[in-house]
Amino acid sequence: MEPLLSVENLRVEIPIGAGLLKPVRDISFDLKKGETLCIVGESGCGKSLTSLALMGLLPRAARRSGDRLRFAGRDLLGLKERQMARLRGQSMSMIFQEPMTSLNPSYAIGNQLTEGMIRHQGVSRAEARDRAILLLEKVGITAAASRLAQFPHQLSGGLRQRVMIAMSLMCDPELIIADEPTTALDVTIQAKILGMMKELQAEFGMAMIFITHDLGVVARIADKIAVMYAGTFVETGTAHQIFDAPTHPYTKGLLSCIPVPGKTKRGSRLGAVPGVVPSLVGGVRGCGFASRCPVRQAACGKEPALTDRGAGHACRCVMDSDALRNMVWEAA
Amino acid sequence: MTETGIALELSGVTKTYRISQGLFGGSKPLRALDNISLQLRKGEVLGLVGESGCGKSTLAKVLLGLEQPTNGEVHVYGQPFASHDRKWIARRIQPIFQDPYSSLNPRKTVREIITLPLRVHDVVESREWDKEVGGMLDLVGLPQRLIDASPSQMSGGQRQRVAIARALIMRPKVVICDEPTSALDVSVQSQILNLLMDLRDELGLTYLFISHNLAVVEHIASRVAVMYLGRVVEQAPADRIFDAPKHPYASALLDSILTPDPSLGVPDVNMDGNFPNPVEPPSGCTFHPRCPSATALCSRKRPEPVDQDSGFVTCHLHDPAHQGEMA
Repeated sequence: MEPLLSVENLRVEIPIGAGLLKPVRDISFDLKKGETLCIVGESGCGKSLTSLALMGLLPRAARRSGDRLRFAGRDLLGLKERQMARLRGQSMSMIFQEPMTSLNPSYAIGNQLTEGMIRHQGVSRAEARDRAILLLEKVGITAAASRLAQFPHQLSGGLRQRVMIAMSLMCDPELIIADEPTTALDVTIQAKILGMMKELQAEFGMAMIFITHDLGVVARIADKIAVMYAGTFVETGTAHQIFDAPTHPYTKGLLSCIPVPGKTKRGSRLGAVPGVVPSLVGGVRGCGFASRCPVRQAACGKEPALTDRGAGHACRCVMDSDALRNMVWEAA
Repeated sequence: MTETGIALELSGVTKTYRISQGLFGGSKPLRALDNISLQLRKGEVLGLVGESGCGKSTLAKVLLGLEQPTNGEVHVYGQPFASHDRKWIARRIQPIFQDPYSSLNPRKTVREIITLPLRVHDVVESREWDKEVGGMLDLVGLPQRLIDASPSQMSGGQRQRVAIARALIMRPKVVICDEPTSALDVSVQSQILNLLMDLRDELGLTYLFISHNLAVVEHIASRVAVMYLGRVVEQAPADRIFDAPKHPYASALLDSILTPDPSLGVPDVNMDGNFPNPVEPPSGCTFHPRCPSATALCSRKRPEPVDQDSGFVTCHLHDPAHQGEMA
């Protein structure tokens, strides 16, 4: 069966004064119906631009290209902006990090919830309103009918994010892209929202791409994980493959940085990944992680390919699988 | 000065704000801090956790002398705040804030930022300033060549190191770390945490560590205080509270920690409803509307702290005086 979303060598390029910035370089992945892919990486690795590129929402200056970008049987690379706009909100929708800036402060949330459905599906105001109430209840908002007349500033951060999630579900999309949807929330609310999203996913069967830097969140919700560094995927695999047997030196370094309750000894020194990400102007020569890698070698001057190391667990590194498996992260 | 003893002590600290209720509504009191009593022992790290709006930041402001408590007293190394001015407090207690992008003046160089406290307090002669700054750069792990750089030329981790250097140049006794790593990337966060732990050992500092990242608090804190709606509901040694929290709120909060374990799903947080409006707090125990173990008593009577395991719990469930009624 054809996957819901199939991406091959997606690239984003932004011309800037000094040359060409290449923030997303040759990203490939497949996503099936009902699956959750987590893209994890640190600030500036290109994860948010990847999501905007998939949605066709890149800033005007940025150019998107690729070998394939197929969604639900359609070629997104060939679509006109009008056709793309029809797809957005209808079959693919997006949830952003900061619900205060993505909701319009001057409209009641009822209007904002129903607008997309009325426009995309041509239903009546009353029908859209019924669905809005149903979904607000699904995301755990009490007295949903009376909330429709409220404005965003009258809601707490957790409630606003719930409204955003309800809004993303209005047209029963096949794909939801969520960019750090719980980062701005308290931990108890984060757990509730994540649990709710997984329940809704089981109920409606949509696929999710979840973008985050929080490794705890990733471990708990992902089916598949892609670790992103300097604009490209350096390791991909299932959640168990990535967390139980991390392979790429960057993934190992990243995991050594976070204290794990019950595992890391309290008060012990944490791991570190010293150094900074390379400049992405003009593309990266060789392996993007080489400058921070404790096991770099001469061969790293040429960019390695993302190769399968068994059972779909892929890694972009010049070292062979045994050597990587035995490598212990110690900061250079 | 001995290494044992109390670095910072809050006794019955209350901070009430007046919240305007509109043009004719008058104003209502908001109790941001409600009778807080805490002790920070010399050299320890006290973790302070709780959701947004629980009063963590108000507590930090009171400890920095930026807000006057409505009631109660703060002592630092045995001396009361009340009889001293802001500068006196600033020489003993310094903050490190969350966002090194907004806490450093972008128009100043690193040298100017770090020497500002020396200028204000006028304790070191100006020809000694460069030496002092150089020493601080070494201490926080920044290269000397950055002395004339401006914050805009630096990464988030480097900026936070500058903020730490500025906090430490007056050799304070206590440092209030208000979410010091929340704005930083994972790989940078661990370096700043390592640095904070090294500095504590080297300089004998005492930290109040405020964070919503519970895994980090568990790692770095020796004791933990959990706040809810202006009160400390539980305070205990870190290993005890993380292994077996007693207060139902502490337990719900700790349940929500997402450890990176792919064989576990999203935890079910055993807590109902939303954070209450602090202007109209619930009666009795303010946590009772969300508490899975609440009884009739909890909505009637306000619990008082009960000493336990070298800490305390503020909950009727753990109060021997109410055992019969809570069954």
